[in-house]
Amino acid sequence: MSHADTMPKPRRNVELLLLVLALSVSIGANALISIDEQTSLDTDFWFQSSLLAVASLVFHVVLRLRAKYADPVMLPLVVALNGLGLAMIHRLDAPGDDTGNNQLRWTVIAMAVAIAVIWFLKDHRVLRRFTYISLAVSALLLILPLVPGISAGEILGARVWIRLGPMTFQPGEVAKITLAIFFAGYLSSNRDLIMLAGRKIGPMQFPRFKDMGPMITAWLVSIGVLIFQRDLGSSVLFFGLFIVMIYVATSRISWVVIGLTLILGGGFVASKVFSHVALRIDSWLNAFTEEVFGRSPGGSGQIVEGLFGMASGGLVGTGLGQGRPNLVPFANSDMIIASFGEELGLIGLFAIVMMYLLLFTRGFRAALGTRDAFGKLLACGLSFAVALQCFVVIGGVTRLIPLTGLTTPFLAAGGSSLLANWIIVGLLLMISHTARGPVDTSPMQPGRTPEAQKPAPAAAGRQDRNATQTLPDAPTEAVKHL
Amino acid sequence: MNQAIRHSWIAAIAMFALIFGAISYVQVVGADELKANAWNRRAILQNYCNDRGAILVGGSAIAESVPGNESCKFQRKYNQPELYAGLTGYFSRSYGVTGLEGAMDAQLAGSSDQLFFDRIGQLFLGNQPKGASVELTIDPTIQKLAYDLIPDGQRGSIVVTDPKTGNILAMVSKPSYDPNSIATQDVAKEQAAYNEAIKIPGVNLNPSVSGPTGALLAPGSVFKLVDTAAALNSGKYNADSVLPNPAQMSFPGIQYQLPNYAGGNCYTRNTASFAFALQQSCNTPFASIARDLGENAIAQQASKFGFGQELGDQLKLDYAKSVFPSDLDAAGLAQSAIGQRDVRATPLQIALMTSAIANGGVQMAPNLIKAVRSPDLRVIDEPKPVALRTSTTPEIAGQITDWMTSVVSEGIGSGAAVPGVQVAGKTGTAELGDGLNNSWFTGFAPANDPQVSVTVVMQGVDITTGAQLTSPNAKKIFEAVLNK
Repeated sequence: MSHADTMPKPRRNVELLLLVLALSVSIGANALISIDEQTSLDTDFWFQSSLLAVASLVFHVVLRLRAKYADPVMLPLVVALNGLGLAMIHRLDAPGDDTGNNQLRWTVIAMAVAIAVIWFLKDHRVLRRFTYISLAVSALLLILPLVPGISAGEILGARVWIRLGPMTFQPGEVAKITLAIFFAGYLSSNRDLIMLAGRKIGPMQFPRFKDMGPMITAWLVSIGVLIFQRDLGSSVLFFGLFIVMIYVATSRISWVVIGLTLILGGGFVASKVFSHVALRIDSWLNAFTEEVFGRSPGGSGQIVEGLFGMASGGLVGTGLGQGRPNLVPFANSDMIIASFGEELGLIGLFAIVMMYLLLFTRGFRAALGTRDAFGKLLACGLSFAVALQCFVVIGGVTRLIPLTGLTTPFLAAGGSSLLANWIIVGLLLMISHTARGPVDTSPMQPGRTPEAQKPAPAAAGRQDRNATQTLPDAPTEAVKHL
Repeated sequence: MNQAIRHSWIAAIAMFALIFGAISYVQVVGADELKANAWNRRAILQNYCNDRGAILVGGSAIAESVPGNESCKFQRKYNQPELYAGLTGYFSRSYGVTGLEGAMDAQLAGSSDQLFFDRIGQLFLGNQPKGASVELTIDPTIQKLAYDLIPDGQRGSIVVTDPKTGNILAMVSKPSYDPNSIATQDVAKEQAAYNEAIKIPGVNLNPSVSGPTGALLAPGSVFKLVDTAAALNSGKYNADSVLPNPAQMSFPGIQYQLPNYAGGNCYTRNTASFAFALQQSCNTPFASIARDLGENAIAQQASKFGFGQELGDQLKLDYAKSVFPSDLDAAGLAQSAIGQRDVRATPLQIALMTSAIANGGVQMAPNLIKAVRSPDLRVIDEPKPVALRTSTTPEIAGQITDWMTSVVSEGIGSGAAVPGVQVAGKTGTAELGDGLNNSWFTGFAPANDPQVSVTVVMQGVDITTGAQLTSPNAKKIFEAVLNK
């Protein structure tokens, strides 16, 4: 049975139910911590809880009004993650520390911006018009931290912050989105060219040199970020984002091979040339040697302390508020995964990682379901970016890979990260809305393209409501398999 | 395109599979190794902030856990810290654990096997681990008295034991320090206090090299008790032996002359009985005994009294092993026989030697632990007196006791005499080479049924000060114990 035959269900009530569950998890966590600290629930707790609940419910209502077919699981997942992050940051606050409240302010701002994106954008395909503007904005955002006067200078070895009045902001977080928009726009327009031309050697089809342009650009951007901003994590993230998008656009594994070769080559050279990369790798490989452990900067103390914390959590954890996550440097930002591992244990951490897995899976599902190549590329790129970011962070904390300074989406303290990730969720929700919504079979309305009027009984999935894009996509029954 | 999206999803899932594997490895497979890592402060801190058992003396706590601040639920507190520092040691976040805190850690922390069922109970009740309490054999009155008998600014140690059981009734040394300052949760203060404490002369925060158990001092004339025992044990000497007592002793081929003790009445006669030699603490009679018996005989008798030997496992404190040197030339042997040269003994070792004589030649293992009680006050350990070794025969011990009694009643140890009680004792003065001495007194009372053995040493004093601080102070302790 083709899904186009049945009327799609909005599932907003499911979302509401899940949202109540998510809020009870995160507010419950916060309550446990507040009770632990002062034996009573103070006004701060009630204020924080009600603010998170109200903002989430407003978001839910906006989805009912503006994107009623949007994925019903995504918002509750993100609210739960963000709420847990708020609780843990609050728990880690030393007396007089304001990080928890700051995170709450940023949560409200980020949710408001995501709501605005959904309210005003109406349709994600509009973004395609901004392909090259996005490129320019990305370049600007990446250069800002290096501009004297605006730059917040080198903080903890990286130059990725700018100063806006009293606040600092990490423009690279937002650049992640604008780069994804640029790649999606560029690749959806040029994918046939890139895909079809080129020589075939063995099983691999190699691209023409001139089609390598965007790949080389992305590589240079990543290396530039690595060199000038000393930000290994973002560098890997940008490049991973680009590889996955060009792969999805062309379905050519050769791009992945070339991309991985480029990044491994770049990484190898960087590890030889740049001390900050070499230090990271050394403190990863030799974390448990005395000299590396105590070294500053670039020692392994942070990783090792995090590992100690996670080990002490074991299977079931010490319980929220019962561990000593504050022994780990940056327990509320870079190392928040270790904090959760310590207090919630393997079981709790698995639940959190599973939430990320569900979140990006829902994103991929939106990519599969939407009918326009731009939307597919954008949803796939953003979802993969979330997954890759989780991998880089959690892999770093668990010493699977070298530790890099990326934030854990939604959990870690940091306003720019929250803002960027909430915008990503907003975009994914909108794409899922078009993916899950009914295919428009109504008579032509002003502004509609001729293709959209045609009744599309069985082949509805192939129909592309974006008239400018007529490339064939694979059948969307695949959606059901996810 | 959808196929490629699915592949990307699979790639993302694969990354997450790696993450799940890595988390499982850290939190389950490798967790024990990480927990056992020496750098893991969590293990110390976990323990550090727990409700740890108390160390008790005479029913009141000298070390206990009191409610701490929010980062640490419990804080270690030492009552009368200076008085007991040498016993308790400290329990520090940065500098680890020393003294009884370290030796009895398993019991105090509640992790001992003996507390297995208590831990199971706590698991179900959800209580914080609470450790066993450790009650010491120390008598608080005697401990305080002994501590106060060492003047402030004077380096010295006093050990009081029950010779029949090996129980230590008091063990003090000065100067001392405040372990509270090193057990504080303020890391900066902790470091400052530590750096301050290690500068105090005679206080080494590692208990194995300071205080009654660790200070290796020249024993001087108290070592003559070893010579006496060796002499009687050889069969060549008995109570009637007449010992040569020249004013000084010369050695073939060496310029050195060993003089007799200048203070007493040694110079009044050329020969001496054992009783006289001990009473006046003459040097040459004992040097000649050593020359006659040879190095091995003296060394063997020393080790029978505990020199260089283990002290049993009831003491629970680190200790230094006392030394009788080997491969001595004639002059060296003579000097060593009177407790000079390279002979080194801890105050505790001298106390054990005297206690062995008091106890008919049987040396009891020194014991500090009266009882270990679980949190519900059930006694889980109560050390019984353990005979450590036989130092000499009852006959020889009895003979030495007789002579030691005359040291106090007629000789230069008269300051220790307690009216109405027969006190046995031996004084010692070890020259430090700069005009100052280590002044010793060791003895026990009553001589016929010893209840208490007292060893006093004052370091770096002149002869007069030493005479005022050793024997008369021993007397005060005898009186205090016997009048209880």
